[in-house]
Amino acid sequence: MSELPPFVLYFIAAFLVPASRGMVRKIILLATPIVAALHIGLNVDAGILSTYSILNLELTFMRTDKLSLLFAYLFCLASFIATIFALQVNDTKQQVAGLVYAGSALGAVFAGDLITLFIFWELLAISSVVFIWARGTERAIHTGMRYLIFQVLSGVFLLAGALVHFHATGSLAFEHIGLGSVAGWLIFIAFGIKSAFPFLHGWLTDGYPEATATGTVFLSAFTTKVAVYALARGFAGEEILVYIGITMACFPIFYAVIENDLRKVLAYSLINQVGFMVTGIGIGTALALNGAVAHAFSDVIFKGLLFMTMGVVLHRVGHVNGSNLGGLYKSMPKTTALCIVGALSISAFPLFSGFVSKSMVMAALVQEDYSYLWLFMLFASAGVFHHAGIKIPYFAFFAHDSGLRPREAPINMLIAMGLAATLCIFIGAQPQYLYSLLPWEVDYWPYDATHVLTQLQLLFFSALAFVWLNKRGIYPPELRSTNLDAEWIYRKFLPASIHRGLIFFRTARESAMTAAIAPMRSICRSFSQSSMAKYHLSESWPTGSMVLWISIILVAYLLLDIFAYG
Amino acid sequence: MSEKSKSTHIFDNPRNVERLLKGFYVICIILVIADFIFHRHTTMGWEKIPAFYAMYGFVACVVLVVLAKMMRKVVMRKENYYDE
Repeated sequence: MSELPPFVLYFIAAFLVPASRGMVRKIILLATPIVAALHIGLNVDAGILSTYSILNLELTFMRTDKLSLLFAYLFCLASFIATIFALQVNDTKQQVAGLVYAGSALGAVFAGDLITLFIFWELLAISSVVFIWARGTERAIHTGMRYLIFQVLSGVFLLAGALVHFHATGSLAFEHIGLGSVAGWLIFIAFGIKSAFPFLHGWLTDGYPEATATGTVFLSAFTTKVAVYALARGFAGEEILVYIGITMACFPIFYAVIENDLRKVLAYSLINQVGFMVTGIGIGTALALNGAVAHAFSDVIFKGLLFMTMGVVLHRVGHVNGSNLGGLYKSMPKTTALCIVGALSISAFPLFSGFVSKSMVMAALVQEDYSYLWLFMLFASAGVFHHAGIKIPYFAFFAHDSGLRPREAPINMLIAMGLAATLCIFIGAQPQYLYSLLPWEVDYWPYDATHVLTQLQLLFFSALAFVWLNKRGIYPPELRSTNLDAEWIYRKFLPASIHRGLIFFRTARESAMTAAIAPMRSICRSFSQSSMAKYHLSESWPTGSMVLWISIILVAYLLLDIFAYG
Repeated sequence: MSEKSKSTHIFDNPRNVERLLKGFYVICIILVIADFIFHRHTTMGWEKIPAFYAMYGFVACVVLVVLAKMMRKVVMRKENYYDE
């Protein structure tokens, strides 16, 4: 029983859902994460290693330790909350996709070898794109295609890396890999695409804002967090990750400030938060790694909460453009309050979940003497509060009154958001429970007077800057626009270059033809006028006769071959 | 009736906004004063500067917004830029 992989439960449910309807289907949807979590909690302990032999391949579907168990609990929790949130959506495609997606995430964290990881890696890609395509617009279909290409490409890198790794070491086990080999780099790029490294992040900021109102909640929970898990297992302590993580934490906040689509703002802030995790993994000490995975845990919940509140706005208003929102607190006070809880959590206010997890990464930076990099991370921390903590609730729910009076969120959405908000506060106020789940033994406690005071100073004065900039009229207004990012390279630059290249080659070919044909013609002409032209061999023969002669020669060869040497 | 329904929303009254901001400023001032009264333990050189975190938070956000605004000149395009 303890060797039953939890993803099997999700996949069975994915088969049952289309066969059922109404209340039964809802019960299956809600019960699956609970049953899976109970199964993991009661039957599955750290230290299991069970392999299956399929087609001469030894596949390890269950390899458990504290790291994989932490993520497994997280994914059960996230899928439970997201399922409640999406309960009123009666779309079989999305329901099945949600189960396969969450199940694949569970499969990936328990995968003990690279081939099993690859299988779930690709299943994550295929199931998640449904949430973008379900939007049904032509734009969403194109976006989904681009998203899928990136995701599948990541899988191709992973498979290539796995095969090279197997060739070099003779083992497919998914343990620490490191960057010492070609295989290591291939797998690193695969993980890098899924965790949205700079320049590889286009799929995220392109795809997530295009998904359905409920779909983005699923999307934000699994893909990048599976990648963070994979990085923590395969590449902990690789110093390059510190610098990649800091870049990820810093550059998106600039885009977030000027972006108008509030779900795209959240997508940028998702990259920013993953940046903190990647940095923690790069530092590689027990404290930093604990910080990275703890932050993944709280991020799934508070980012989910923020995406849910924006999902409610999208569901009720039909868009999430900051330029056309405002004053929604008047008709949806509960959603507003829940959004503020999410905003305080992502900003790492004391007593909220971001505070107890992010501070471990910051403390690890100090311990390892990365003092300049620490300043960058502090900048990123202040920036998070600015764009996600203030901008999201302010422009959606306050700011100028847009005149919109949408109804409060449906009850199931309120329950889901309320659950997430409660968890944000519970983790923030009682961090010992989260800490007890962390994989490495560390003695760390976030609440001391210095830490609380300095964090409050940082955040309150970031808010003061917002107030001041707004009063002075310096704050950039929300504008309907597109901001060029890495996706420009493959959406505009490359297609335009290829187009230009093709035109160049065509004109080059034409001019070469005219340049080459003219002298040949004159040679022909002068030859036909010369005395040589009257000989038989110099005549131009029809192709048919040439084929005939060649066949005769070939038959001669054949006969020679049979009779002379046979 | 319309007067009444307007006044039910808390921030429609400018005085409430003012009150909120005043409370906010007071907290900011208290936080800076606390920095001088309370001896916080420091590990890094920067942290020894009085009210370092407060100044850094403020300056960081102003720099962030000003740079982002300048960035708009380079990266901003029409909303349907990619659809054309």
